[in-house]
Amino acid sequence: MEKEKFDYYIKTEKNSWEVVIGLEVHAQVISESKLFSGSSTKFGAKPNTQVSLVDSAFPGMLPVINQYCIEQAVKTGLGLNAKINLHSIFDRKNYFYADLPAGYQISQYKNPIVGEGLVTLDMPYGSKKIGIERLHLEQDAGKSIHDLSPDNTFVDLNRSGVALMEIVSKPDLRSPSEVNSYVKKLRTIMRYLGTCDGNMQEGSLRADVNVSIRKKGEKKFGTRCEIKNVNSIKFMEMAIDSEAKRQVELLESGKTIEQETRLFDTKKNETRSMRSKEEAHDYRYFPDPDLLPLELKQSFVDNLKKKLPELPDQKKDRFIKKFKLTPYESNVLVSEIDISKYFEEVIKNADIKLAKNWIIVELFAVLNEKNLDIKDSPVSPKNLASLVNAISSGEISGKIAKKVFEIMVETGEEPSKIIKEKGLKQQSDPKELEKIVIKVLGDNSDKVSEYKSGKEKLYGFFVGEIMKASSGKANPKLVNDILKEKLKK
Amino acid sequence: MSIDKNQVKKVAKLSRISLDDSKLESLSKDLDSILNFVEQLNKLDTKKTEPLTSIVDKTLEPRSDKINDGKIKDQILKNSPDKNEEFFIVPKVIE
Amino acid sequence: MSDLNKKSLSEIVNLIKTKKISSLEITNHFIKNIEKGKKLNSFITTCFEESVKNAKNFDSKKNFDGLLSGVPLAVKDLFCTKNVKTTAGSKILENFIPTYESTVTNNLWSEGAILLGKLNCDEFAMGSSNETSYFGKTINPVGKDLVPGGSSGGSASALAANLTPATIGTDTGGSIRQPASFTGTVGLKPTYGLCSRWGIVAFASSLDQAGPMTKNVEDCALLLEAMSGYDQKDSTSINKKKENYSKNLSENIKGLKIGIPKEYRVENMPKEIDNLWKKGIDILKKSGAQIVDIVLPHTKYALPTYYIVAPAEASSNLARYDGVKYGYRSKKGKNLIEMYENTRGEGFGDEVKRRILIGTYVLSSGYYDAYYLKAQKVRKLIKNDFDECFKNVDAILTPSTPSSAFRIGEKTNDPISMYLNDIFTVPINLAGIPAISIPAGQDDQGHPLGLQLISKALDEQKILNIAFAMEKNIAFKQSLNRWWE
Repeated sequence: MEKEKFDYYIKTEKNSWEVVIGLEVHAQVISESKLFSGSSTKFGAKPNTQVSLVDSAFPGMLPVINQYCIEQAVKTGLGLNAKINLHSIFDRKNYFYADLPAGYQISQYKNPIVGEGLVTLDMPYGSKKIGIERLHLEQDAGKSIHDLSPDNTFVDLNRSGVALMEIVSKPDLRSPSEVNSYVKKLRTIMRYLGTCDGNMQEGSLRADVNVSIRKKGEKKFGTRCEIKNVNSIKFMEMAIDSEAKRQVELLESGKTIEQETRLFDTKKNETRSMRSKEEAHDYRYFPDPDLLPLELKQSFVDNLKKKLPELPDQKKDRFIKKFKLTPYESNVLVSEIDISKYFEEVIKNADIKLAKNWIIVELFAVLNEKNLDIKDSPVSPKNLASLVNAISSGEISGKIAKKVFEIMVETGEEPSKIIKEKGLKQQSDPKELEKIVIKVLGDNSDKVSEYKSGKEKLYGFFVGEIMKASSGKANPKLVNDILKEKLKK
Repeated sequence: MSIDKNQVKKVAKLSRISLDDSKLESLSKDLDSILNFVEQLNKLDTKKTEPLTSIVDKTLEPRSDKINDGKIKDQILKNSPDKNEEFFIVPKVIE
Repeated sequence: MSDLNKKSLSEIVNLIKTKKISSLEITNHFIKNIEKGKKLNSFITTCFEESVKNAKNFDSKKNFDGLLSGVPLAVKDLFCTKNVKTTAGSKILENFIPTYESTVTNNLWSEGAILLGKLNCDEFAMGSSNETSYFGKTINPVGKDLVPGGSSGGSASALAANLTPATIGTDTGGSIRQPASFTGTVGLKPTYGLCSRWGIVAFASSLDQAGPMTKNVEDCALLLEAMSGYDQKDSTSINKKKENYSKNLSENIKGLKIGIPKEYRVENMPKEIDNLWKKGIDILKKSGAQIVDIVLPHTKYALPTYYIVAPAEASSNLARYDGVKYGYRSKKGKNLIEMYENTRGEGFGDEVKRRILIGTYVLSSGYYDAYYLKAQKVRKLIKNDFDECFKNVDAILTPSTPSSAFRIGEKTNDPISMYLNDIFTVPINLAGIPAISIPAGQDDQGHPLGLQLISKALDEQKILNIAFAMEKNIAFKQSLNRWWE
């Protein structure tokens, strides 16, 4: 296949503009309890029921760090091929907001737990490496609800103190589709690791998107704007596109870009300035005196490294080498850990080539249509393997298999049962088949004469009639053999 | 370095403290004298000194990931000057 | 028992344990004293009904295992006490009733003590004279026009006037030792991390430590033993075995090396302070200790360092007082930001505002390196000074304060002169080490003066022993005529 070329430039009459994007992804850490308190992190609880005195910043309350959240951050760092900093420090980021009870957020500023790393994207124009600047641990804020009353804002602190990982990329991304691919890749890695569920509807994964533009070929970066808190990949793509165009318009009309924080209005499909919040942005970071420096042992990191699951890139390579899959197929099958698990389960006892096609084509179509996760697939890996085996053994034809599959999707039953009950087993008894062939030829004796006098196209017609007469169950190879034999005479 | 009235106003804004204009003058003077006092430190050469990061001789001691807190909504809301059954209530936030 | 006012904490515990007096009797005695001592304004809140109930409960249970069995105590109003109003001396917490108990006070109740009430203090412990409290100034029982020192001024005043047999305070830059010195009592600031900070209204987290304030060194050892201990809820708490300070108290200090830092001989130091110091040195020599001259070269930078670090931490620690979750909320203001500004503008007093503003300023962008980072570097140098000295000496002897108690109003208009009062105590907090102040004499007006003993981290037993030996020799006597009754 011919490789496509990268072509995301904003072209105007005068110029071709390159878009430079960096992402700060906020990923909620999977943990039972919060980063610095023992209250639950579960989503969807009644307001203020998952709040401790620490989360609501009562006088004299102190943070105590959650061991598991540290492990989760380190695992994620390892998954991003990043440097783990054995010495890191928690800082306070000071600002006032209704859902920030202490008036500061505990975060990591100068000394994050994870340093530089690398993520590889598979783009249609080849693989692309995106640099990771850092990953740090921080607390989430609570939730302000503005639409329950005209004069007041309501505050729910359930989320307050939940652990987040902020993953900062280098400004290496160049298009909305690279951003799409990058966020999905991060999500896949974290899901493999079990460090973040990546559920964007529940806000477990959101991003601040930094966008700047420069003329194609130019080395210097332009002034960037930060689009805050975008919570879906689609919105990220839309926001980048609209923000980049806004910047192009500004520059081409001779204006300058102001470095600022902006919000993406999803209804209007445009970004707007958040100047009111911008006012006196001075977070006054300083090391949190309630916490001590976090010192990790190299052996602790090494242990986590040993226990790391096979990551998507490694799995992909293995699938290509071991199962002779194409990079495309392999990518699809490793894109979610559950898909790869499903695939490996099916091929334990079934033909790989058939199995992968059945998963990628037939199963995915059904899951898509029904909007189901592979975990909830009505067709179990075991049943799909049986189906594939029924095809390879000649028990049923590929065509019948599709019929069986449809029934499997509806009922979740085993294919053998369906084949038996519906009598779909392939007709492979030569004697029985011979009878059918003789009958079809006898019923069409005129066509047989025509065939013998040279109209060989009619061969297909005979096959079709025979299959019809056998309700599609006749073994095509045997039919072929017998038919040829009979027509010779 | 010293601090003037405008800077004091700016810092007060950052600290979310309303200031009486009548007190601004004397407050600025106080802050200025305090800053002058602490600026004695500039006489010291600290180029080769590492800042103190912790006053206790230990490192962070993590706790295990267990749910053992929360579910105390009534306690959490009890002292709030304005609340309902479920939420803290504050004057409208202007975005 | 007519001479109850002369009894120490240890003696009272003994009387209760030997059933010579009931918890209820002694509790009622102190309640009476408190009621007669209103002029001192040392209490913000009393909870007598609860005290009496708890005393009766103690008497009925007859469990004398606790170190503080059945003893009623008042504590500084910086410790959160469950269901008892906790204000930190501030309007902004005027109506705050915690639903939780601080670890340190909880330790006291676990040892059998009973809460009498909450003692006045400078607002958020920011002050050296107890004049910044929203609930009015506290008077020093030593003299009607004298401050009791601060910030644990209410504690010192109540203790000296016998409104409580002992008490606890907090010390961020001298807030236990300076008022102890001003009132002729004993006060100890423990090693940072020895007492849990959980449930104590925070002023400057890297400096704050709770500690005992008592009539004598023996009581001090007992109370420290009761209140200290590892607490998992405080990440800066030191994990070590509890010490038996009172049991191990010994006046044998033969052969100990005591350092005398020349940098503490400050300009314009009153003659009587210098004499007091000399007297202390003589006593130590007589007790068999060896006196060594030492240097603490960065001493003069301690106060400027403190006045950057403490306000910086405070500016952040006090951001939570925003009128949302608890405490005072201004009625003025149409939106959230205005509500914040008015709440904090009306809720905080002048000194607290000054410190928040200084703290915000030194952390703000462009100034961080010049002030905050610089101060943390100097703090390291100050700590190194002490580390170096303690390679050669067991303890250091200095005066506790550069003067005796000053007059009410004398320093309120000059923050710097107020700050200078903590010149001998602040370096100890910056270094995170323990120090005790013991009464060692009086000036010519009869106002008490204290001496301070400092040791390396976790060497509390050593300074308690030295203080114990000195106490015997000094034989400090203070007879107040109970003018306030």
